[in-house]
Amino acid sequence: MGLFSKKDAKLITDPLADNNPITIQVLGICSALAITAELKASLVMAIAVIFVLGVGNVVISLMRNIIPSKIRIIVQLIVVATLVIIVDQVLKAFAYELSKTLSVFIGLIITNCIIMGRFEAFALGNGPWKAFLDGIGNALGYGVILIIVGFFRELLGSGTLFGIPVLGDAIEKTGVYKYGYENNGFMLMPPMALIIVGLLIWAQRSKNKDLIED
Amino acid sequence: MEKRTDKNVYTIIFAIVMVVVVGSLLAFTASKLKPAITENERIEKQQNILYALGVNENEGTGDIAFVSKAEVADLFKTKVTEQLVLESKDGKIIKTMTRQEYLDSDEKAKEPYLIDVKKQQANAKAGESRMLPLFVGTSEEGDTYYVAPIRGKGLWDAIWGYVALDKDMIVRGAFFDHAGETPGLGANIKQRYFMDDFYGEHLLTEAGAFKGITVAKGNADPKNNDKTDYEVDALAGATITGDGVAAMIKADLKLYLPYFQSLKTAN
Repeated sequence: MGLFSKKDAKLITDPLADNNPITIQVLGICSALAITAELKASLVMAIAVIFVLGVGNVVISLMRNIIPSKIRIIVQLIVVATLVIIVDQVLKAFAYELSKTLSVFIGLIITNCIIMGRFEAFALGNGPWKAFLDGIGNALGYGVILIIVGFFRELLGSGTLFGIPVLGDAIEKTGVYKYGYENNGFMLMPPMALIIVGLLIWAQRSKNKDLIED
Repeated sequence: MEKRTDKNVYTIIFAIVMVVVVGSLLAFTASKLKPAITENERIEKQQNILYALGVNENEGTGDIAFVSKAEVADLFKTKVTEQLVLESKDGKIIKTMTRQEYLDSDEKAKEPYLIDVKKQQANAKAGESRMLPLFVGTSEEGDTYYVAPIRGKGLWDAIWGYVALDKDMIVRGAFFDHAGETPGLGANIKQRYFMDDFYGEHLLTEAGAFKGITVAKGNADPKNNDKTDYEVDALAGATITGDGVAAMIKADLKLYLPYFQSLKTAN
């Protein structure tokens, strides 16, 4: 068996579609609502979670035989919190600008249920390499949804992508605004993220009927 | 049979070891990185003050661009001609100190730009006097600008900023920042299109009373041409953050009013 068997590859590809943490497991919704008003924040959050979940899963997996079951949740929480704080401190010292952008996400990463969910459901029962792939896979699955939601919310809510106006100027009435188009301010509100996630779930389940529960 | 890891003694020992390991790891990282972090914060404060003063590398209507880290210390020395510390109590300014006088007044005193506004606000609340830093600089047109720090509450966490005023308390520059406002919503107070709206706004009524600026909903003046309406356009979805900005402008800049009045009478 090679380093990257078929089964291993599935660990990465499954969470991207048919076992997506957001649309199928409905985890990590809180941060998906909070930070997807713009695409840049979605992307930064996705990268941060990929890092924390990848490393965190490996750490928990290495410790899986010595963690007392009675306090395993607290141990998992400490691992996430420590990782996130160290990353935050290192960024503050060596990449201050980036750390300012990330500061908001620190708290959100620690409370992200996907992370605790993967520690509990996967890393505690599998070896480090598998746990690493599982972490990356799930974080990617989470990131993809975040970016899709962020794309629609920023485009329809502010008329921009990555902060760059793509639909023209709303005040000067250029581009599509000339024809009476208006930004939908409601897209900037968290409830619209839930509605977009809902639409994604709908689209995904009508394509793959196996996903529909009775 | 009970597993080894299920035993109470094991659990307690594990918890203790874990706490010690994690604690020392975090303490070690924090103390090793502290000097670099402090230095970054110092640079940031100077960059912010210079930004409000109009010393920045903004191009067109793009993102905010500070002066580079390499230049900031020198520019701060040359562009900020005077650093004052005003001692304020009960809305009156009881003492005006130059930087040197302030540093001599108290052994623990740090550079005026490092004065912790949060701590000073707490002092004022406790009935003590509050130190108000004020940075004096000259604009490219040769006018004297006064930069004052402000601090308040947003939706989730602290928000703060630096506002440059001229002698009539008309806003000549503004910089806002936040600790944890929602990206895409409240966090947009750090965007040029929000900050730049403050330029030219009046803080005083024609009679000279302090009025402040309201972050207003309703888009009555979307291009912000009217500079004496005491209003700037609010951000969609960020009512509380916007109100926080208005509140900190009102509360903190008002304290400087006696100083600006004394400038008038001195002339």
